[in-house]
Amino acid sequence: MEDLIYFFSFQDPNIRYVAAGSVLLAISSALVGCFTFLKKKALVGDAVAHSVLPGICLAFLLSGNKNPVVLIIGAFITGWLALVLIDFITRSSKIKEDTSIGLILSVFFGIGILLLTMIQHSGNAAQTGLDSFLFGKAAALVGTDLVVFSSISLVLVVVVLLFYKEFALISFDEDFAKSIGFPVRRLELVLTTLTVLAVVTGIQAVGVVLMAAMLITPAAAARFWTDKLSVMLVIAAVFGAVSGISGAFISYTAPAMPTGPWIVLIVSMLALVSFFIAPNKGIFYKLLRQYRIKRRILNENILKLFYQLSEIDADHQRARTLTELQNKRPIRMKSLKKGLRRLHIQGYLSNRDDKWSLTEQGKIKGRRVVKLHRLWEVYLTKYLRIAPDHVHEDADNIEHILTPELERRLESLLEYPENDPHSSAIPYDPNLMNK
Amino acid sequence: MIVNVENPILEVHDLTVTYSRKPVLWGVDMTLPKGSLVGVIGPNGAGKSTLIKAIMGLIPLSSGWVELFGSPLDDVRKKVSYVPQKESVDWDFPASVRDVVVMGRYAKVGLFKRPRKADYEAADYAIAQVKMTEFANRQISQLSGGQQQRVFLARALAQNADLYFMDEPFAGVDAATEKAIIGILKQMSAQGKTVIVVHHDLQTVTKYFDWVVQLNTRLVASGPVEEVFTQELLQETYGGKLTILSDVGNLLRKQGFPTRDVT
Amino acid sequence: MDAIYIITTGSLVAIACGLLGCFLILRKMAMVGDAISHAVLPGIVLAFLISGSRDSFTMLLGAGAIGVLTTFLIEFFHKKGGLQSDASIGVTFTWLFALGVILISVYAGEVDLDQDCVLYGEIAYVPLDLWIGSNGIIYGPRSLYISGVVLVVIILFITLGYKELHLTTFDPAFASAIGISTSLWHYLLMSAVSLTTVSSFESVGAILVVALLIAPPATAYLLTANFKKMLWITVALSILTSATGYYLAVYLDGSIAGAMSTMAGLFFALAFIFSPVDGLIAKRRRQLYETSKN
Repeated sequence: MEDLIYFFSFQDPNIRYVAAGSVLLAISSALVGCFTFLKKKALVGDAVAHSVLPGICLAFLLSGNKNPVVLIIGAFITGWLALVLIDFITRSSKIKEDTSIGLILSVFFGIGILLLTMIQHSGNAAQTGLDSFLFGKAAALVGTDLVVFSSISLVLVVVVLLFYKEFALISFDEDFAKSIGFPVRRLELVLTTLTVLAVVTGIQAVGVVLMAAMLITPAAAARFWTDKLSVMLVIAAVFGAVSGISGAFISYTAPAMPTGPWIVLIVSMLALVSFFIAPNKGIFYKLLRQYRIKRRILNENILKLFYQLSEIDADHQRARTLTELQNKRPIRMKSLKKGLRRLHIQGYLSNRDDKWSLTEQGKIKGRRVVKLHRLWEVYLTKYLRIAPDHVHEDADNIEHILTPELERRLESLLEYPENDPHSSAIPYDPNLMNK
Repeated sequence: MIVNVENPILEVHDLTVTYSRKPVLWGVDMTLPKGSLVGVIGPNGAGKSTLIKAIMGLIPLSSGWVELFGSPLDDVRKKVSYVPQKESVDWDFPASVRDVVVMGRYAKVGLFKRPRKADYEAADYAIAQVKMTEFANRQISQLSGGQQQRVFLARALAQNADLYFMDEPFAGVDAATEKAIIGILKQMSAQGKTVIVVHHDLQTVTKYFDWVVQLNTRLVASGPVEEVFTQELLQETYGGKLTILSDVGNLLRKQGFPTRDVT
Repeated sequence: MDAIYIITTGSLVAIACGLLGCFLILRKMAMVGDAISHAVLPGIVLAFLISGSRDSFTMLLGAGAIGVLTTFLIEFFHKKGGLQSDASIGVTFTWLFALGVILISVYAGEVDLDQDCVLYGEIAYVPLDLWIGSNGIIYGPRSLYISGVVLVVIILFITLGYKELHLTTFDPAFASAIGISTSLWHYLLMSAVSLTTVSSFESVGAILVVALLIAPPATAYLLTANFKKMLWITVALSILTSATGYYLAVYLDGSIAGAMSTMAGLFFALAFIFSPVDGLIAKRRRQLYETSKN
């Protein structure tokens, strides 16, 4: 707890720098990731992330020191090479894209591991720290490292904002972009360069192994909250920032811990929560919507039932018992009772001595459902040529979804038919009919 | 106009199929007679392939049922053959023509067993029927579009079924292949086998088929070609969607509405 | 003797991976294999914590079950959540792998695994971990037996289900039409991949398993257009990869698993350029021939 307060008070300039750096690079990769996500190239990011390892090792072997600029150049070169090779293999052979991604990813990483272990075994003292590039170490983000990595991140953010409109178009509809004369090839080149750069900046904090998640996960999570690209970018950036700062905190309080997995775990938790609870697209939301629809269908079915019964004995006021209702249409007792209570509260039914009857409002609603049911049956027989004995089931469902607008269109298309295919009268609202 | 038959070889009852809750086939009710050569026609996106996939149990039905030979599919699978669209498989797959055709025998071979000599003979006979004998050992990646379609037809022939469903067998094939394929189909139909073909080209309908099914989300017509292949019905089939029907369909998808009321 | 033990274990692991990989790449599921090989890590760590040892049978099963759960999760997010499939793969496995690495760091004292082992295995220590019978007889390295048994299981699975695996890979619609359950064989294959990755984990690590799953089959795919030959070539390449990888590692004094995937990549590059059927040179020649003919 003390650590938490101390860390988030940001009094220690070191903490300030580490935190700001982590946030900045998490944001920049989240922004770039949104576009790779939308272009359905999420796993290419994974391949690039793994492929920078041999570059880092080679740069170290050749230069003999850990200068961040040199390492970044090395990482950038092999990352780029991996992208080019994936594209080349897929285009010029029968090997499919997923295979070439997996192939390049694992082979490049294997070469990286070979080089890394060679460096370790050679006992070069300066190497200590190279393996922190595997799983990341945010706390090491100080001095020149911080300056270099943060400047690249800033450049990334600025370029993404500058090219916002162009990137949006090529991720959404490449052919259209081409047709209106966009330099699509060059823009894609810029975007892939940004992807490689985003990976390169992330390696210090997150590490190469899990860097892909920093590109994919914030974008995937943000997509659940919105359909607007600009909003998606903001949300992804926020998710990235939150995980970045948490990573910095963990790296500060538990220096032995690798930072990358924690950052990834946190951003993944945000994503999981989004998958479930995001409005409109979330899984819980969808279930809730299903439940509401079911409830509405039940309510309307009960009112329909009352109306049908009153059609039989021509008495709209009569109060009816549960058994009477059940005999006409078997509905599960529990749901029926619940539905009756709900309709009573809503004012569609009145209740006396365990008997239920329609209110005026309930009668209107029940009549509408019966009308829609029969209208739809007429429509199916007339326009879909379905035999009259086969239309009932479909109408049982569609009666609940027809909007007043569709209702009017149906009425005028069918010219206010008097009867349904089974010669039951279609009940129109008498007030409206007189006009 | 929907013509129904007694003792149908295929009966589709109140079939509704949805993709993400939007119906692509709505309330299809039809029967087809044994021994006929049936063309299924309709505009793009009318649900033609969906219909035969639904009949073959490859996609879930939202409502309705299907009976072949008066029984559910699982009881008569061995008498039914299905030819998918040729684009549905990867022709770079490492296999020869013979390898693919012998797959038609797999259902008869049984679990854990290998195809025997008799199965290879049946495959070779089917290959000869489609005039591909000289290509029997050719890799499938080296075939032309027409030859690929012949391979698929040979595989179906090797199944030796009584009822065939073919998804666009004439798409992207050369004229010679089209002629060869229709010749074989007519021969099969003459032997009392029933062949149901998803077809695109209206010019050839009367020449090829004796029964026509016209679809556009709903079933517009099903009947002998001379009765239902009329200007009026074609106009209805190709004259666009029913606006109310497609609006209701979109509403079902948007609201995530169930296809059947189950309370 | 050590060299032989290491190369044999490496070959057994590589063959099991390669045989399954042939099906994976033809099903366009190479990245699902990648995802599984990462995602089994938390399963391995948990099984370790519960059972206290790493080569128990329960661990194979437990961690294998997590592999299958991964494919299930990927499909769940894709179908129920509407997440596009590549992102669904990416989110699921990075999350599980991160969890695994954290568990290792948190329980560092109790779990005999470290981050390095997770990434590139400890095949060099294979000869040290011997299986000693109750009467003191030394039967040889334990990993050798484990990978041997797993390989036998995989070979049995592929021979018995050859027809079904083959057909569901080439033409799933036709397979279901003749009554072969595509989802059953999909999950059986995923279980086999999980089992293999779990058992290979210790020897070659999470990421290099992927190299063995993908590189030899992809190389074989370029060398033949006959599926059975592709399986045999994969077997040969796997052994070759293991042997040359070992000697490369000894020569350079680096990780054996890293060297093995380097060699696997090298063989792929050779096939990609020189394959008589699909190589760059053969293709270029054919093009020249075609143009000169016209």
